[in-house]
Order: sequence, then C-alpha cells, then structure tokens
Amino acid sequence: MDTSPYIELRDVVFTRGNRRIFDGVSLDIPRGKITAIMGPSGTGKTTLLRLIGGQLKPDSGSISVAGENVPELKRKALYRLREKMGMLFQSGALFTDLSVFENVAFPLRVHTTLPEDMIRDIVLMKLEAVGLRGARDLMPAELSGGMTRRVALARSIALDPELIMYDEPFTGQDPIAMGVLVKLIRDLNSSMGLTSVLVSHDVPESLSICHYACIVADGRIIGDGTPEELRAHPSEQVQQFLRGHPDGPVPFHYPAADAAQDWSMAGRGD
Amino acid sequence: MDRLAAFGRLGLSVIASLGRSGRFLAGALGGVPRPSVGFPLLLKQLYSVGVLSLAIIVVSGLFIGMVLGLQGYTILSDYGSEAAIGQMIALTLVRELGPVVTALLFAGRAGSALTAEIGLMKTTEQLSSMEMMGVDPLRRVIAPRLWAGFISVPVLAAVFSVVGIWGGMLVGVEWLGVFEGSFWGNMQSSVSFTSDVLNGVVKSLVFGFVCTWIAVYQGYDCVPTSAGISAATTKTVVYSSLAVLGLDFVLTAVMFGDF
Repeated sequence: MDTSPYIELRDVVFTRGNRRIFDGVSLDIPRGKITAIMGPSGTGKTTLLRLIGGQLKPDSGSISVAGENVPELKRKALYRLREKMGMLFQSGALFTDLSVFENVAFPLRVHTTLPEDMIRDIVLMKLEAVGLRGARDLMPAELSGGMTRRVALARSIALDPELIMYDEPFTGQDPIAMGVLVKLIRDLNSSMGLTSVLVSHDVPESLSICHYACIVADGRIIGDGTPEELRAHPSEQVQQFLRGHPDGPVPFHYPAADAAQDWSMAGRGD
Repeated sequence: MDRLAAFGRLGLSVIASLGRSGRFLAGALGGVPRPSVGFPLLLKQLYSVGVLSLAIIVVSGLFIGMVLGLQGYTILSDYGSEAAIGQMIALTLVRELGPVVTALLFAGRAGSALTAEIGLMKTTEQLSSMEMMGVDPLRRVIAPRLWAGFISVPVLAAVFSVVGIWGGMLVGVEWLGVFEGSFWGNMQSSVSFTSDVLNGVVKSLVFGFVCTWIAVYQGYDCVPTSAGISAATTKTVVYSSLAVLGLDFVLTAVMFGDF
C-alpha cells in the first residue's frame, strides 16, 4: 500500500487583508487515516480546508493533494481533482430547493451518466449508511441539525471520494447526534479506507477518533502527533487548549489600553 | 490629503468591482453547456424570472396605457386631434415606456429576488459546496439565471407594450369615444417597424442584459451575512434603475436624435 502522505503542505503562507492567517505552515496528512486539525476559533482552520480544496490560493508555499500541486492546477484539472474530494460543511450546505434524495443524487447526476435505477440504488445505499434511508422524501427545511449533517455526509460520499474533509462536524450538536457523527466518521474511515481531515475545536471527540492530530494557533502549528503524544506535549499553549484553561499563554483579556486610562482613574480626584 | 486618498480608494474599488463583474460574466457565459443539462435549468429560471413577472407587467402595462389614453385625450382634444391618440400611445409605449418601465419593474420584482437567492446560497455555503463537488456554480447556478433574464426582459417589454396599447384603446375608444378606425389607422401609418419597434426591442435587450447582470453579480459578490444580503438587494434595485434610466438617455440620443 502507498504510504506517502495524501496531502502535503509546505511553508504555506496565506494573508487576508492585513492579517496573516498562516505563516509558513507545513503539514503531512497520512493516507487512509483520520487527521484532526484543532485550534481556537478564528485561527483559520476552515481556511486551511479551503486551501486544500483549491477555493483559496496561498500567497506562497505548495499544497499537494494526491500528488498534484493544487494552487497551480488549471480550472479543469482542479474540478477533476475535486471529484475525488468530499467536504462536509459546517452548515451542511444542502441545496434547499431539492429533497434529501435529490441532494444526494446531485453529484451522481452531474458527474456520471448512470441510469436512473442505479442512481436510486446508490443514493439509498448512501442514505442507509448514515441511517436516513427513511428520510429520503423530506426537504432540507424539515431536518434537524444532526440529520442535515448526516444527509450532507451521504452527499459528500456519493461519488466514493478518496478524501473527505469535515468542517466543524460536532459544533452545535446534541450529545446523541454528536455520538452518531463520531461513529459515522470512524466507520466511513475504516470501511471505505478514506483519508479523513477533521477540523474541530471539540477536543475530546476529536482526540477520541483521530489517529493523528495537530493544533493550529497564531498562524502556525504549535503541536502535533498522536492523541497520546499531544496529551503529554510539553508546550503550555497546547496544554491550555487541550484542557480549556481560561487564562494562560492565550490571555483571557483581549489586548487593551491600560485599565487606568479607560476608567480614567487619574481624573477622579480624592 | 485624506479626502484625496479616500477618493482614490473609492475609484480603485469601483474599477476592481467592474473588473470582477466582467470576469464573472465571462466565467458564467464562457462555457457551452450540454443541452440535456442546461435546458431544464434554463426552463426553471425562465419560469421564476419571466413567467412569474407576468402579472406585475400586465397590470402595470394596462394602467399605464389607460393613463396615457386619458392624458393624451385631454391634451390632444384641445387641438381637435384626438384621433391621433392611438399613434401617441403606441409610440410612447414602444419607444420608451415599454422597455424602461419593464426593466424597472423587472429589477424590483425579479432582480432583487435573484440577488437575494444567490446571496443566500452563498451565505449558506451552497455555492462553496457545489464548487467542492466539482461543479462550477458560475455555470450551474449563474448562467441559467443570466440567460433567463436576457430572454425574459424583451418578451416582457413586448407584452407590456401590447397590453398598454390595449389599455389605451379601452379608455380612448370604448370610454371617451375616439373613432376606432382612426385609432388603429393612425397608429399603423405612423409607427415604423424598423425605427420604432426594433429600436424598442434593442433597448429592452440592453436593459435586460444590464439588469440581470447587476442582479446576479450583486448576489454572487455580496458579503455573506444577513446585512450583506440586504445591502446587495438594495444595490441591485438602485444600480439597475439608475443604469436603465441613464442608458435610456444614451440609447435614445443615438437612435432618435437626428442632429
């Protein structure tokens, strides 16, 4: 089996406006494994997925997916590469004008010329895999948050991709839905041999399913390794994030002017 | 100095936006879709953009025609030439009011809906997810809407003019008693197909192109928040209306200004 990493990022620099989001990030994502990318909100985890998917271009550095350098691909080659990728968006991003069945059938109809009865079989199979075969006739507006994400998951695996990227799959889910998603992500990875990238700030769930994890903060990777290695990581910043301490290397207070000035202590004579 | 810098920044952002919208248009209209895929998508948009706008177009056309009939009669009868009312109504509608009012109504009714729909699709990541599925939203979502607008506006303008003339006839002939033969006869002899009707069609083609382009681009380029969508919808209606009125003057000057 091919053991080279499926995705390789080398010295990726990305700025948005005046803010440097990534400052020389290098990262290997192993083939057939679940990799969790964790970090505080607003550190550009979703941006990282968009860079991998070629929706954004880095200022410098290379991003190779399945041996192809994404930022340099021509439009056509990029769209062909994307057929090998599935992405589960935070909101699910189901097409609101199509039923559950048609949502899952959408990539099949666009990219294949399969006959209708075969599309039906595949769609029902994918919906069965996420436990929602019975919900095929519902419209997206009728689904709960957890169900929306499961349908979106079924849609992103409709074309049997090699890579699936999950953008904050656990955010805003109740404990049961969360458990279902954790099980689905694990099952899909083991049964289909998918390379999975999981972006999340839910530490216990992510560490419980990933084979490998890295923590992004301040535009770089501050710690990576297996979940065990991370738990024993010497960096204070990593420990603060994993344990959720309110104050530490990441300060509780947003940078502010001297408190004395704001409350104008000087002006309040005695 | 600050003002000068702000003015420069404004200019740059306007030019950048024009460039983006040009590339956007080229991206959307560049590809030739497979007819089996493209045609059903186009039909669906023709329905929501064109057919659903029919009601407002017909009702407005009828009332505008009736008002033209009343006003025209009052003025023309002072000179004893109320028989020319048919000619006046037809020329006003075919040359000016048909294309212009249709485009303005279209921007309000269909343009704003297009902007809001596309903006919401962007906000809910539907466009992104389409891209990640290897489907280009410019071709899949934008192109059918653009073509639907380009096709609908001239047809709607024609419907508007026809209904307007009929409304004018209702008031002029049925109510105020202008002789029916002179109503239609004067109209036929004075409205020229090439210089009046075709010029009107050219106008409505241009307006349809501009209004749909603005609407679809504003949706695609909006800031993906609720405030962003509301700003984009407002911009669609304001920019479309101004563009239509401004272009109408330019086109009229080119078409009818014999100097």
